[in-house]
Amino acid sequence: MRVIVGVKRVVDFAIKARVKADKTGVVTEGVKHSMNPFDEIALEQGIRLKESGAVKEVIAVSCGPTACQETLRTALAMGADRAIHVPVEGAAYETLQPLAVAKIFKKLAEDNQANLVLFGKQAIDDDANQTAQLTSALLNWPQGAFAAKLSVEGGSKVKVVREIDGGLETIELNLPAVVSADLRLAEPRYASLANIMKAKKKPLDKKTPEELGVDIKPRIKTLSVEEPPVRKAGIKVENVDGLLQKLRTEAGVTF
Amino acid sequence: MLRAAMTGAARSLARNAASVQPARTFTIAAVASAGSSSSAAAAHDDEEGGSFARGLFSGRIRESQVFPFPAATILNEEAKSTLQMLVDPCAKFFETVNDPAKNDETASISKEAWDGLKEMGAFGLQVPEELGGLGLTNTGYARLVEIVGMHDLGVGIALGAHQSIGFKGITLFGTKEQKAKYLPKLAAGENIAAFALTEPSSGSDANSIRSRAKLSADGKHWVLNGSKIWISNGGIAEIFTVFAQTQVPDRKTGELKDKVTAFIVERSFGGLTNGKPENKMGIKCSNTAEVYFDDVKIPVENVLGQVGEGFKVAMAILNNGRFGMGAALSGTMKAMLAKSAEHAINRTQFGSKIKEFGMIKEKFAQMALKIYATESMAYTLAANMDRGSNDYQIEAAISKVFASEAAWSVADEALQVMGGIGFMKAAGFERVVRDLRIFRIFEGANEILRMFIALTGIQDAGKDLKEVQAALKSPISNFGVLSQEATKRIKRIVGVGHDTIKGVHPLLRGPAGLVESQATAFGAAVDSLLITHGRKIIDQQLKLKRVADAAIDLYASVAVLSRATHALNSGAATADQEVLLATTFCEDAHRRIRRNIASLNGKTTDGSYARIADSIFEKGSYDISHPIGF
Ligand SMILES: Cc1cc2nc3c(=O)[nH]c(=O)nc-3n(C[C@H](O)[C@H](O)[C@H](O)COP(=O)(O)OP(=O)(O)OC[C@H]3O[C@@H](n4cnc5c(N)ncnc54)[C@H](O)[C@@H]3O)c2cc1C
Repeated sequence: MRVIVGVKRVVDFAIKARVKADKTGVVTEGVKHSMNPFDEIALEQGIRLKESGAVKEVIAVSCGPTACQETLRTALAMGADRAIHVPVEGAAYETLQPLAVAKIFKKLAEDNQANLVLFGKQAIDDDANQTAQLTSALLNWPQGAFAAKLSVEGGSKVKVVREIDGGLETIELNLPAVVSADLRLAEPRYASLANIMKAKKKPLDKKTPEELGVDIKPRIKTLSVEEPPVRKAGIKVENVDGLLQKLRTEAGVTF
Repeated sequence: MLRAAMTGAARSLARNAASVQPARTFTIAAVASAGSSSSAAAAHDDEEGGSFARGLFSGRIRESQVFPFPAATILNEEAKSTLQMLVDPCAKFFETVNDPAKNDETASISKEAWDGLKEMGAFGLQVPEELGGLGLTNTGYARLVEIVGMHDLGVGIALGAHQSIGFKGITLFGTKEQKAKYLPKLAAGENIAAFALTEPSSGSDANSIRSRAKLSADGKHWVLNGSKIWISNGGIAEIFTVFAQTQVPDRKTGELKDKVTAFIVERSFGGLTNGKPENKMGIKCSNTAEVYFDDVKIPVENVLGQVGEGFKVAMAILNNGRFGMGAALSGTMKAMLAKSAEHAINRTQFGSKIKEFGMIKEKFAQMALKIYATESMAYTLAANMDRGSNDYQIEAAISKVFASEAAWSVADEALQVMGGIGFMKAAGFERVVRDLRIFRIFEGANEILRMFIALTGIQDAGKDLKEVQAALKSPISNFGVLSQEATKRIKRIVGVGHDTIKGVHPLLRGPAGLVESQATAFGAAVDSLLITHGRKIIDQQLKLKRVADAAIDLYASVAVLSRATHALNSGAATADQEVLLATTFCEDAHRRIRRNIASLNGKTTDGSYARIADSIFEKGSYDISHPIGF
């Protein structure tokens, strides 16, 4: 069994995002980046499947500028067997959208005869939460989105437990399938220093969107990116009556 | 004109040059020639390319080991990105798994942390990859131990005693077989290593050790007896680098003489035992123990280096390990600064945040200046070692002395900023203060290293003088064949010209000028010491101390100038701040250097100090009549 895991390079979760002056996006230059946390979880799950013997090979894939290779090296250090970098630079990268990425993964899944494609449920930069679902649709494979548990059943099925409102939903998917990872699927490991060094020797291939025959032109146009409005300072009321008064007159609440 | 000028100072210099010999009685000074002296140095370490600090003693400014900033170019893009990848997981480990307060309290490293360190690969940072290590360069090692120093110095010593000195001898001097046999398990942390030199009667004077190894009748084993004291990892190590006296035939006379030999000793050889862990002031989680050898049979193939060359091995290991201390302690200082800055920003007294008070600001400025200089020197040293320089032992000693004293003062002042909270255990400052105290004592006590810095430099300057002396006897015929070094020396003696720092950025020309003038004054002061004292200079410890302190300040100044120059040239985001730091450091250092040089020749209370001390030693106490009479 072969697993492909999508690992996106995103602005680190600890960084406070700042909107660019021209309002086309957020500042990414000179800002710390790391692997999308949900992708880390998906990757960890893939590696665990491999360690349990259910999976033979884990391939990490990242689409974006050259720096994505650092993310892929981290994936290799965590335990992926090989990596594929799909270079998308500059303006093309700024407008790279879930549909294009899903098309890339569709092609890679077919070319590499993958049985399972794993994603994080969303990337913490654009929060689109679409790539796994779109990939599933394009491949016409079953999907298990927001997986909190994942196990391989026999050689032909996976069981996915999803956290839904009010409880857990367990579903069974026929392989090949697409699964996206939720927060509690698996706690990602730290790559050991030794494995980081070893990762330098693992194969990292490049496949351009042209080579894959994928059209990555954007379908959505971003009009403007704005800072969230600054919260106005509150006021202190003297007592409950004062509060009711304000609620009535200023907040327009009727009792 | 030139001839006339040469008469006075130059002639008396030349007269005394012959009498300036390496001080044989002072073993540390002998290290310079026993270790990697300039003659054994790499091609790169030629006259112009040699050690900056060494050049200083002849009043020279040799830039090539300082400009352009070596640390900026030592890592290629690939090495840089690999190292960057190592930094995060290492920091995360110390933030989440290791608990320094608990390690301190239990005087042990938790099993979880120890296993984590093993898994991470922290026990073989510089062991070649093919032998199971990470194969890091000195720069890479420095960057990672900086993180260790930020969090837990006790763990730092456990790791450092293992790889920075414990098995460093095997990587530096080991045969192929010794490396293949020992390094893989050491790198994995499966075996722990220790460095066993110190004995009850032999601390700073390492050549005086009494442990002894005798060759067995069949010539197959050395039989070792003796004991070592305060050996880091002594209670947990499997592999020991041990130094002992051996009888070695003199090369000329054939007469047997005691000489130190280094051995790789396995605990499993039998006869090796250890005392219980010492109860210490700080670095409590690092194991320190006595180690005893009772007829330990060491196979002859376990000699490390050559028989009789053990002292050289020991000094080379210590020299080679020193850069790590500067890096680790710069991490410690940055952590202290950050914690106390947070307090200064938030604490209100007298209606103001305490950060507004001048005396608090002064403390933070001093901290930043000390950190900037410590980092600059540590990474310059590591980079020069990575480039293959062998001529770095003065710089290594300077870096160790500066870093250990800077860290002590930074931690002390950071604690002071905290006020009473700083005195509470929970705040974590007192532990760091306790942990830091040892750094001025071990790996060469700072007094010894000051002697080493001054005497190594002076010894070299003395050697140069011989050439100058010969030339001065018949100046016309000899000037043509004089080395560049000697020519410049003569020029400086007669007052025509001094060296300039060429690589410095124009914005730093001012402070660079201060360094240049003090470098010249320093060279002249060294000459004048040689003239006055000749070989007896060794007895003038307070003069040597000032020489060493001036050398430390000069080297630190040049290191910060180089780093700030690089910041300017590369358009670093912090370039403006760096110019401010470098300039301020040089200005402060300039005042200290001037004072030190002035008191080399001027009036001091040195003599009175000696008399006061002697009167104390006569009684063994402060035996002065009480202010109220009883
Ligand atoms: C926690 C700890 C860990 C250690 N780990 C190791 C280890 O792993 N391996 C190992 O071999 N050793 C180790 N040591 C020993 C350490 O290296 C020695 O303590 C150190 O070298 C100083 O020696 P000493 O204690 O005998 O002091 P001494 O040499 O007796 O010196 C006492 C004082 O006199 C000063 N002094 C001595 N000679 C002179 C001089 N000529 N001029 C001016 N001042 C002088 C010294 O600077 C010092 O201040 C460790 C020590 C400690 C405390």
